[in-house]
Amino acid sequence: MMFLRGNAACPGCPIPRELDALLEVTGERTVLVVPASCTTVIMGDTRGMPSKVPVIHSAFAASSAIASGVRSALDARGEKATVVVWAGDGGTGDIGFASLSGAAERNEDILYVCYDNEAYMNTGVQRSGLTPFGAWTTTTPSGKAESKKPLPKIIADHGVPYVATASIAYLFDYKDKVRKAKEMSGFRYIHLLSPCPPGWRFDAGLTVEIAKLAVETGIWPLYEIEKGKFRLTSISKVLVDKKKRKPVEEYLKLQGRFKDLKGEDVKRIQEEVDQMWEDLARM
Amino acid sequence: MQVTKGVVKALVGNHAVAYAVKQAKPQVLAVYPITPQTTMLEKLSEYVDRGELKARMIRVESEHSALASIYGAAVAGARVFTATASQGLLYMTEMLYWAGGQRVPIVAAVATRALASPWSILDDHQDFMSKRDAIWIQMMAENVQEAYDLTIQAFRISEHENVVLPVMMGFDGFILTHTMERVEVLHDSVVDSFIPPRKFNLVDFTDPVGVGPVAPPEDYIRIRFEAKKAMERSKRVIKEIFREYEDISGRPQHGLVECFMCRDADYVVVSMGAWSGDARVAVKRLRERGAKVGLLKVRVFRPFPFEEVRDYLRDCKGVLVMDRAYSFGSGGILVNEVKVSLYGHDVPVHSLVGGLGGMDVRPLHIQTALENLMEGKLEEERWLL
Ligand SMILES: Cc1ncc(C[n+]2csc(CCOP(=O)(O)OP(=O)(O)O)c2C)c(N)n1
Ligand code: SF4
Ligand SMILES: [Mg+2]
Repeated sequence: MMFLRGNAACPGCPIPRELDALLEVTGERTVLVVPASCTTVIMGDTRGMPSKVPVIHSAFAASSAIASGVRSALDARGEKATVVVWAGDGGTGDIGFASLSGAAERNEDILYVCYDNEAYMNTGVQRSGLTPFGAWTTTTPSGKAESKKPLPKIIADHGVPYVATASIAYLFDYKDKVRKAKEMSGFRYIHLLSPCPPGWRFDAGLTVEIAKLAVETGIWPLYEIEKGKFRLTSISKVLVDKKKRKPVEEYLKLQGRFKDLKGEDVKRIQEEVDQMWEDLARM
Repeated sequence: MQVTKGVVKALVGNHAVAYAVKQAKPQVLAVYPITPQTTMLEKLSEYVDRGELKARMIRVESEHSALASIYGAAVAGARVFTATASQGLLYMTEMLYWAGGQRVPIVAAVATRALASPWSILDDHQDFMSKRDAIWIQMMAENVQEAYDLTIQAFRISEHENVVLPVMMGFDGFILTHTMERVEVLHDSVVDSFIPPRKFNLVDFTDPVGVGPVAPPEDYIRIRFEAKKAMERSKRVIKEIFREYEDISGRPQHGLVECFMCRDADYVVVSMGAWSGDARVAVKRLRERGAKVGLLKVRVFRPFPFEEVRDYLRDCKGVLVMDRAYSFGSGGILVNEVKVSLYGHDVPVHSLVGGLGGMDVRPLHIQTALENLMEGKLEEERWLL
């Protein structure tokens, strides 16, 4: 076990397991760079931490830049290791976006993992650019009016060697992607959909179920883009066929954050998902 | 130690500092362009591209990332450097506190420049002085030679085991960055033996730690208390390093302050940075006329040399502090420090606020203010508009 139990995560939080799975693959010679987020708290304090690998905490916007420096220093000292940024959706797609884009453009030799719980959870569920359309947050009390920022696509457009999406419900797929990324060099990006019981308003026992439904409804397609080549992975391969996808409603209805959605909102979400799959089929 | 004569060159300030950086051999640099620092970045890029400086220059997308990336490199054991000015220093602010709070050895050069708005690319000290609480040692140069010398010394001070703090070296934008002066540079081998190999590193795979995690109040305040003690301890180390540098360079390095004709003076000007040169001229002219005036130049602003300032000024009849940075609603930033130094001593302290946004200040301005001070005709605060 690379990440100890008994940490400060909420019941049902997927982050500790996601981190453990990551470190099982990348191993002891991993440096984690962690910006302000729920993970900051989960990582313990000055008295001790659950991680078995070095952790460098980062200001909210700075993790890609700090990781670039860590990489450069390890290279200068001839030390082999995997440098990983582990950041939330806010630290990735909003405040950290400039430094992320800079690091991607420079093709820094780092592995960036965004665990996407679709809001600023550490500060109590405020909207981020990656909050999906219609979702309640404390700053979108009547539902978010805008759509989710398509981050994996934006990173892929930087021409980096590896981009993948993943889910805690498909652990083998996730670990395969981490393994593949670990063996490559240059900028590698994995985007994990990371359900959050208190933030999404669902029962703590349903985390994996919800993660699974996100994939099965097609809301969260699993894929990888390796050196520009797009490929669906795991069960998403069969979901190109619309009939194989569950209706989005099955995913939405389990979460309190979507409870005020109107029929037309659900219809819009379904249409957006169907459109996204038509686009994916052409990639 | 043996003095080996250096090599004389004609260098503008930015190139002199770049030369010092090359000799200090940082392994990782990240610098973002901003006037009047940019030509230093260009020179450093040349050194790196030509292999004269074996380092990685991270071509970051902002100053926030410039400092963040060298912070990461410093934590992971590399010697590092950055440089900036004005808006860039403000943009770095979050990371300045981050690096200071973690007490990581880093060297940053600041080509001082006024802050917007309104826009100005010209010199004052508002950028540099506004960073006085970020847990960084701050030194300021009067001329190009001193900028070169302090840069070499900054690496040594920052990494010294009794200090372990980031160091900021300020030098006036354009007035020094773009002015060519005679500079005596040390031989590479002399610099090599002056700055020992870096030991600091926090990334250890066999004994992993968290760097900069959440600190409960008892730990937080203790960490801050340790930083305060390190700052205080650094005064002695800085003076020792200055003395050692004096030996290898053969050039006087003074201490945290430089006293110019101030020992027996009744009236003393206190200044920092390039306009200390103008103050020297004013002091010399008045001395020629028999006035007992002197100059006290502050070389190290953080930690502030309270003892030295007090000892030099306590018996004066009047003090004139030149303020090129102002705390609005309070007063000149330097004058406030001087007043604190003289707490309990009955010495009148006046502030001459000037040079903001590049406004030209000449020896005559300073001379007139000193004459007015001696005649008892100087306001407590005078702005040179
Ligand atoms: C510069 C700055 N602005 C704001 C904050 C406050 N803050 C800390 S964490 C956070 C939200 C983090 O959101 P995300 O990156 O999605 O991670 P999560 O908490 O959801 O895991 C915010 C707004 C901060 N630490 N620094
Ligand atoms: S708020 Fe959500 S993401 Fe944060 S620790 Fe709790 S469950 Fe995990
Ligand atoms: Mg989040």
